[in-house]
Amino acid sequence: VTSDIRHPATESLLRKLVPQALGAVVRRFGDFSAAEDAVQEALLAAITQWPKEGVPDNPRAWLIQVARRRMTDHLRGELVRRRREAASMQQISPDEQVAPAADSADAADQDDTLILLFMCCHPALTSPSAIALTLRAAGGLTTAEIANAFLVPEATMAQRISRAKQRIKDSGVPFQIPTDHERAERLACVLHVLYLIFNEGYASSIGPDLQRSDLSNEAIRLTRSVHDLLPENPEVAGLLALMLLTDARRPARTGPDGGLIPLEEQDRTLWDRGAISEGVALISSTLSKGSVGPYQLQAAIAAVHDEAARAADTDWTQIMTLYGLLKRMSDNPMVALNCAVAAAMVYGPRAGLELLQELDGDQRLAGHYRLAAVRAHLHERAGDYQAAMTHYLAAAVRTTSVPERNYLSAQAARLAAKHK
Amino acid sequence: MKYILMMQFPLSDWKTKRIELWPPQDLKAHMEFLQRFNKELADAGEFVRTEGLGGPEQMKVVRAGKDGTPAVTDGPFAETKEVLAGYWIVDVGTPQRAYEIAARASAAPGPGGTPLNMPIEVRPVMMSSSGDDV
Repeated sequence: VTSDIRHPATESLLRKLVPQALGAVVRRFGDFSAAEDAVQEALLAAITQWPKEGVPDNPRAWLIQVARRRMTDHLRGELVRRRREAASMQQISPDEQVAPAADSADAADQDDTLILLFMCCHPALTSPSAIALTLRAAGGLTTAEIANAFLVPEATMAQRISRAKQRIKDSGVPFQIPTDHERAERLACVLHVLYLIFNEGYASSIGPDLQRSDLSNEAIRLTRSVHDLLPENPEVAGLLALMLLTDARRPARTGPDGGLIPLEEQDRTLWDRGAISEGVALISSTLSKGSVGPYQLQAAIAAVHDEAARAADTDWTQIMTLYGLLKRMSDNPMVALNCAVAAAMVYGPRAGLELLQELDGDQRLAGHYRLAAVRAHLHERAGDYQAAMTHYLAAAVRTTSVPERNYLSAQAARLAAKHK
Repeated sequence: MKYILMMQFPLSDWKTKRIELWPPQDLKAHMEFLQRFNKELADAGEFVRTEGLGGPEQMKVVRAGKDGTPAVTDGPFAETKEVLAGYWIVDVGTPQRAYEIAARASAAPGPGGTPLNMPIEVRPVMMSSSGDDV
């Protein structure tokens, strides 16, 4: 065991332990903000004491114990303050206010990271709030880092996080492991937030915004810790596999000019083989157990892409089948759109274009650039360059993403130059 | 998702109804509203930035001359109907929320405390991310 706090192993140990300690203290005392302060103080104590005295045998228990002591001190102080303010007989007795001993047996300790995630990904929160709180409390990112990742002022992010905490407090939902029937629903919330964090990082890991890839790494790390705690849960494994299999392509997504390179044009030798084999192994063993869910299906689709040495080798029939299953499971027009793309690869662009017509009536997709982009691509493959150009341009004016707009405009320009 | 909310002041009203001509108590009420409104946005964790802009009297229109030097003319273009009086940038979860905020801004009190009902142009701020879903 190293005693150097700046040692990467110690740093990553603390990163892993802090959410567990926070979960333990929150579960015991309920007050999230005060618990966070107490854990911060414990962390500070660790940083000052461990280099001198060595890392304790059980660093996790050490952190929790110090944090609980701080928390107890805090509650005593609060009690004294309140007594002074309202010297009333209706006060609750100090015994009831003071927490149980720090060393009392704790069967559910392993679940503390989960409890924290269950709380941060609370159903009462909007996605931006849940994301911010999760990154702050469970991910251990500073408020400034999160603000920077989302390009908002630090004060705004601080406010978003403190409001999220207040909202959880107001909701009155106790900080404990959800009951069995709540659990699946709450876990789905957690996985969704982790998925959004990953996506936020992945979508922006092109061009000049490379620093946001931290968000993807953080999402993978957190999902991995949930998977460690719930190794038998197939959707947790599916989400982890999906992230690994998607993130593996990151090095090939950006050209030297910072532009977006679509999947079929990527240099596949740049893909991260280690991440791919881990993801493929994970999703293969998970799928063989039955009980298939949406994350597993998406991971399976990513695996089929990743296993093709060349774009032309892609097993589109299998991808189409998987999207077909996914479509039956989730009412998401994006899934239907991707299913049409796969069908076009199997049956030809005309078949794909016909499937797109069914999506024209879907309000959720109305005016979405992705529908126009897919239509443009299929028209091009069908040899109708005029229609392709029109739809590429229609897609380019509808996207809110600069790299996507540049890519789509370039497609239209390419066709214009070629078919004058 | 970030949106810019742009306050469009009708140029035809500028000469008679611009803010410098309001009675002091109306101006005060308006400013207090803005303060409250901005604080609400900040407290909601949605605030990114806001600025008020100088009026058309201070507006210059610049074009690059032949040699790249600035050719400067006074005021808005002749065909201009509305001038940008100020803007907010907010970071919100849904476009509907941006529209709600815009509606609140539009209802800012004007002369006599009557809501200004100023048109607020709402547009998404382009992102430098790929827009990809996984």
